[in-house]
Order: sequence, then C-alpha cells, then structure tokens
Amino acid sequence: MTIPADLDRRFRDAASQLALVDVSYDVLETEIGPLLAAVTDHGLAFLSFDAHPDERLETIARIAGPRVLRTGRGVDGVRQELDEYFGGRRTAFDLSLDLRGLPTFTVSVLGELAKVPFGHTATYRELAERVGNPNASRAVGTVMNRNRIPIVLPCHRIVGTGGSLVGYAGGLELKERLLRLEGAIL
Amino acid sequence: MMTSVRAIPVFEVFYDEHKHEVLAFLRKRVGTDRADDLFQETFLRALRAYGRLDHGHHLRAWVLTIASRVIVDAFRREGTPAEQLPELAAPEPEAPFESITEMTEQLPPTERAAVVMRYGLDLDYDQIARVLDSSQDAARQATSSGVRRLRRERTSR
Repeated sequence: MTIPADLDRRFRDAASQLALVDVSYDVLETEIGPLLAAVTDHGLAFLSFDAHPDERLETIARIAGPRVLRTGRGVDGVRQELDEYFGGRRTAFDLSLDLRGLPTFTVSVLGELAKVPFGHTATYRELAERVGNPNASRAVGTVMNRNRIPIVLPCHRIVGTGGSLVGYAGGLELKERLLRLEGAIL
Repeated sequence: MMTSVRAIPVFEVFYDEHKHEVLAFLRKRVGTDRADDLFQETFLRALRAYGRLDHGHHLRAWVLTIASRVIVDAFRREGTPAEQLPELAAPEPEAPFESITEMTEQLPPTERAAVVMRYGLDLDYDQIARVLDSSQDAARQATSSGVRRLRRERTSR
C-alpha cells in the first residue's frame, strides 16, 4: 500500500506550520540544476549540489535536532531568494545562516567571504589577509572547498592570483557560469 | 552485559519506514476516511515527542502505540463507549508475543519474563512460578510490578 500523495503533503505542511521540525529540507529546481537546501531555526544550514546528502543531514541533525523532514514550505524563503538571484533580480542574500558546529577560523573566513560583493572576485591570499593571516591561503582554500552554503556564501568569487579559477565543489564550469551571471567575467 | 544503543534516525527516515504500516493499521480499525485524519495526528504526535527520545529502539512499537492512542482519543471525543472501541491491543500482523517482547525490553529481567509469560504467552501464575523457580505469589508480584513500571514509563513519555 502506498501513502496518498496529498495525505503525505498535508502532514509535511502541518508539521512545518506547527514549527515541529528541527531541520526542513527540500530539493530546489534552479537554473543550474537541483540544489538541496536545509534550514534550521537558526537559518540556512546547507545548500548541496548532491541531491542525496544523507550524511550531511545527519551532521545537521546532531546540531539542530533529529526532527529532519522534507518540506517545501520550510525552505520557501531560500527558494525565493535563489530564484531572484538566478533571474538577475538579486545581488545580495538576506537569508540568516546556521554556521553552528564550524571551527572559529572557518567562521571568520566565511564572514569575510560574505563581504565579497556580487560581480567582484578576490584571491585566496586576499581573503587570508582579511582574516589577519596572510600565510593561510591554503587553509582558506580548504574552507572554500568545504563551504556548506555555496552560492549564498560566494566561494565562487574566490580565485587564484592572476585570475585562474582554481577549483569549485560544483565543478569549474559552474564557477565560471556563476561569475559570468554576475558579470565578473565576460 | 553491554547492549549497544541504537541511534535515533532522522525523522524523515523513521517516517518513511513506518508511514505505510501506520496508515494500514489505522484504516483497518477506523476505515479509510477517518484513517486519513488520524494518520496526520499520529505523526504530528510522534514528531512532538521525537526530540525527547533517548534511543532508536522499538520505534515501530512506539509509533503503533501512538496510533492506538490517537484512535482511542478520537472515539473518546465523540463519546463512544469504551466497549465499542475497536480492538487495539496488538498491532497486527505481529503476534502478541513479539510485540510484548519489544515493549518490555527496558524492564528488569524477572519482571520482563513474568510479563511476557503472562500477557504474551498467556501462562498462568503456577506455570510462571515454575519457570522462574519461585512461589506463585512472587510470580504474581513480579508481573504486576512489571506492568506498573511499564505504565509509569508510558505516562512519563
């Protein structure tokens, strides 16, 4: 026996509406393909290019609580801002973020990363300098590589000295596409 | 003896694993139309309590118990006399013995054995006493203190 789809949806909507969910997640269909968004009561906890990130959900559950439920309602705010961004109607995100569980260094690097504006790039070394540790380019690279909230925390705007794209968790092609969308490269 | 504590799965996994059985359980007892309402209520109750679970054992028995209580509450709201309530004791198709084995896992060994023999296997106190190598009185006492402990655990959840 299968569960009628509307019965399933009504339960998920009610759970979200009654604020009984610790982590809401859903797959968002975007310009660049499916993105999985997970939101806690602290804010957006991750955006993933992988549509089946069981491990990541478990990691967030350890921080936010085990009541993890797929619900479109819970991620509406993220969906809307991403739609606007990809539609060229938004250049900065107003979403609150859940960075709990991350090391202090990571949080400070991500804080500086968030200040790199739409349409601009910075180098790994510049970001390292901004957190007061000019020799930490490599560590900054690791933070970019592990960024839980790509796009919103714009690690695609961080490039090598001389402008080489270096790397991106979603693939170099995507990094280039995002920078082109923002007009940072032609 | 060490037993490993099973981790609590994320709710989505729990829901996915049990939603079909819960709906079938409800439909069998209250019919398709009413089952749909009670389905939502069952899982909302489970969700409310989920953050307070200590471990991931017996989640099937746990959610079917919630479903049973949701049915009883629904009938009570409508003023249905108790004797007309549908049969709820053992979630089918599971045998009573299996269900009670799960339910009693937290009890001290003697109490657990007594409760399982009395209510799972339907033995009388003479037979239970022989298995436990005790008096009939002691068997009776172990059974009733096991039942009391189960009640306390349930109401404190």
